[in-house]
Amino acid sequence: MNTENENPPSRKGDLILEMRNVHIDGFSDERWHEIVKGVDLTLKRGEVLGLIGESGAGKSTLGLAAMGFARPGCKITGGSIMFDGIDLVKASEDEKRRLWGSRIAYVAQSAAAAFNPAHRLVEQTVESTIDHGIQGEEAAMKDAVELYRSLQLPNPEEIGFRYPHQVSGGQLQRVMTAMAMSARPDLIIFDEPTTALDVTTQVEVLKAMRDIVDKYDTAAIYITHDLAVVAQMADKIKVLRYGEEVEEAPTRQMLEKPEQPYTRSLWAVRSLEKPEDISDDIILSIRHVDAAYSDVKVLHDVSINLPRGRTVAVVGESGSGKSTTARVITGLLPPLAGEVTFKGTPLPSRLKDRTKEQLQKIQMIYQMADTAMNPRQTVEVIIGRPLTFYLGLSGRAREKRVIELLEMIELDESFMDRLPGELSGGQKQRICIARALAAEPEIIICDEVTSALDQIVQEGILKLLLRLQKELNISYLFITHDIATVRAISDEIVVMFQGKVIEQGPKTEVLEPPYPEYTELLLSSVPEMDPDWLSNLTELEQAAK
Amino acid sequence: MTQANQDKDDFISPEAESYSAAAEVGFVRKRRTRFERGWIELKKAPLSALFGLTVICIYMFIALFAPIIAPYGEADVFPTPYGPWSPEHWFGTDQIGRDVWTRLIYGARNTMGIALVTTLLSFIIGGGLGLVAAINRSWLDQFLSRAVDVLMAIPSLIFALMLLSIFGSTVSSLIVIIAVLDSTRVFRLTRSVAVNVVVMDYVEAARLRGEGIGWIMRREILPNIMPPLVAEFGLRFCFVFLTIAALSFLGVGIQPPTADWGSMVRENASLIQFAQYDLTAALTPLLPAAAIALLTVAVNFVVDWFLHKTSGLRDEH
Repeated sequence: MNTENENPPSRKGDLILEMRNVHIDGFSDERWHEIVKGVDLTLKRGEVLGLIGESGAGKSTLGLAAMGFARPGCKITGGSIMFDGIDLVKASEDEKRRLWGSRIAYVAQSAAAAFNPAHRLVEQTVESTIDHGIQGEEAAMKDAVELYRSLQLPNPEEIGFRYPHQVSGGQLQRVMTAMAMSARPDLIIFDEPTTALDVTTQVEVLKAMRDIVDKYDTAAIYITHDLAVVAQMADKIKVLRYGEEVEEAPTRQMLEKPEQPYTRSLWAVRSLEKPEDISDDIILSIRHVDAAYSDVKVLHDVSINLPRGRTVAVVGESGSGKSTTARVITGLLPPLAGEVTFKGTPLPSRLKDRTKEQLQKIQMIYQMADTAMNPRQTVEVIIGRPLTFYLGLSGRAREKRVIELLEMIELDESFMDRLPGELSGGQKQRICIARALAAEPEIIICDEVTSALDQIVQEGILKLLLRLQKELNISYLFITHDIATVRAISDEIVVMFQGKVIEQGPKTEVLEPPYPEYTELLLSSVPEMDPDWLSNLTELEQAAK
Repeated sequence: MTQANQDKDDFISPEAESYSAAAEVGFVRKRRTRFERGWIELKKAPLSALFGLTVICIYMFIALFAPIIAPYGEADVFPTPYGPWSPEHWFGTDQIGRDVWTRLIYGARNTMGIALVTTLLSFIIGGGLGLVAAINRSWLDQFLSRAVDVLMAIPSLIFALMLLSIFGSTVSSLIVIIAVLDSTRVFRLTRSVAVNVVVMDYVEAARLRGEGIGWIMRREILPNIMPPLVAEFGLRFCFVFLTIAALSFLGVGIQPPTADWGSMVRENASLIQFAQYDLTAALTPLLPAAAIALLTVAVNFVVDWFLHKTSGLRDEH
């Protein structure tokens, strides 16, 4: 039975998806919890709905439920999900499987993890189209090239014959969109598709996605926690919290006058800004450093000065050498040339040649708090170990200090014997900060510490870092690609591009025109909370051409 | 330690408007002691795992209290060789008149004890070197890995036979030789799972702190690779067990008069031919074989359960 042929093709504006009072339960800690508590959702053909909320708000679960799919350990317990006349709650697995990949498609957050590394891109792009018998192989291949072209992938004829590891993250994400579009589905679900990308790439992917959704009148659900992104993509926005709808409104109205206090608090995050404070008391200085991974040179003559008690933000897209700079400072990657001096004395270039005191004074906080903490150690061990190792504390004294540190990061002693898996993302990052503080450092290197977090949690972490800096006079070297974060925390800015320092100076100077070309691109790529921003940017670019 | 605080933030109401980091996780997992957690797991264990655990417990009990349970001494010789099953000798006597039931009981002790020591030793050697190789990815890793490749290229039973004939069939040389040969497999497994953990940020963080290799091995990596290692331990135990039985069967394993299941099979193997005259006599050599089989199956049931638990595979609810 082929449903596609029986129904007359629906047109733009027809109702395509209607979810009524959907309840979804998830199983954890040996009991069922309600994750989604009775949410309604309607979507018309050609419409894009933005679904936003903090992590744990149930947005991904709801997005997947729109396909009639529940993750392992979840089940849809109530409500109806009508997709073009078919109730997906009642539909059999076979019926749903016929829809998935042909009429409903899904674009996952991490394209790198979603592709099979053993097959060429084009094979994976057209796989479901051919399997569902929508097009023959040859036609589907030709169509894939067309899609690559409209997604502005370089060499659309050839790129399909590469393997997933041979293209960049942004390109992979676009190929994944092509994969979803290949069968010309009626509904696409984008689950945080640009979260893992840096700003300059993100803009390209967003543009491509928006154009293609527009072109084929596809309905889409766009799940994200980034408001500025959703403002570009969506016609209407639905805010979720604790599995319940907070409010829903057309994008423009939602941005201009959100009704609920919670929505307003989401909007307010971006306004954090630290007054600039310049100092000449240099504590750490990187001089003319060249560095390479085996044969590939990644840093060219990099010099950065970090004043005491101030924040220097290092900005740039991925691959610009920001993290490599951090590795040189910490001694993980000995530089080919140049030196790093700490309080006027040069640091040994190798980690194992450094003294305990030198190691103690420079601490590091990582991007992914999940992997930065040993999942088998309790919070007490994680924070307590530097205390024992550097300061020789043990027993009651150590316990007391751990509690002090927990209070410093706005947590309390009830966290002492939890494992990292029992903490939320923001709490994990706080524990990482406490671990760094435990060593009583003078410098903390923060490597993208907020980029994996929700905005409201980000704000909390940034405020905490600022407060700690004021109280303890710590210097931060803050590596990030997010300009809003830079505004919030830095005194000075270093812009890096392809392993070179492009611009360096006080925040106000760097963020004010005139900019060097790359800084301009970087700044203009940061999505703003204006629904017209992407369109304006595109027009500007076309005018420039 | 802080029991009073455990329950206070059990659930934070959605109405809480002001942001607080401590209240971010709504549901707090209630802390239980290890014992409580183990008990809960045990109650949910499938039948096969419970069966396996029961069998292992019985075997361990028998092995530990062998002298009390066994009716006669390990090497006591009675006048009738190949005696039939009778109330005095439940499972008859063997070729020189020793009580088979007694020797089965002592065999549990010897065979299992030696297998356990051997497996532990092979894990200490293979696991330790595997961890060192994974952390120190330099010439040392190359050297150890290639040496292991060479050892693994030689069929292990034949190699063990050769080494045993060189060093003599004492219990200690038996243990060391099998442990070293088996440690090559453990090395490979440990190295390959540890390599994935070594690249984690928390190991880098420990390095940046200036921690020594001992701490990184024991506290950062080992706890995170325990599940595959424990599963491997169960399997390895069975293999070692079978290797010892095989070597004993070939006459170079555990030497008489020490009772051992493998050699018991060999010594009484000819009785099988008498099945047409006396069925119980024919069963005598099969008893130690069945003991081996039962233990192997039991251990594997438990290992399967453990693997299922730790691999994160979940039954559909």
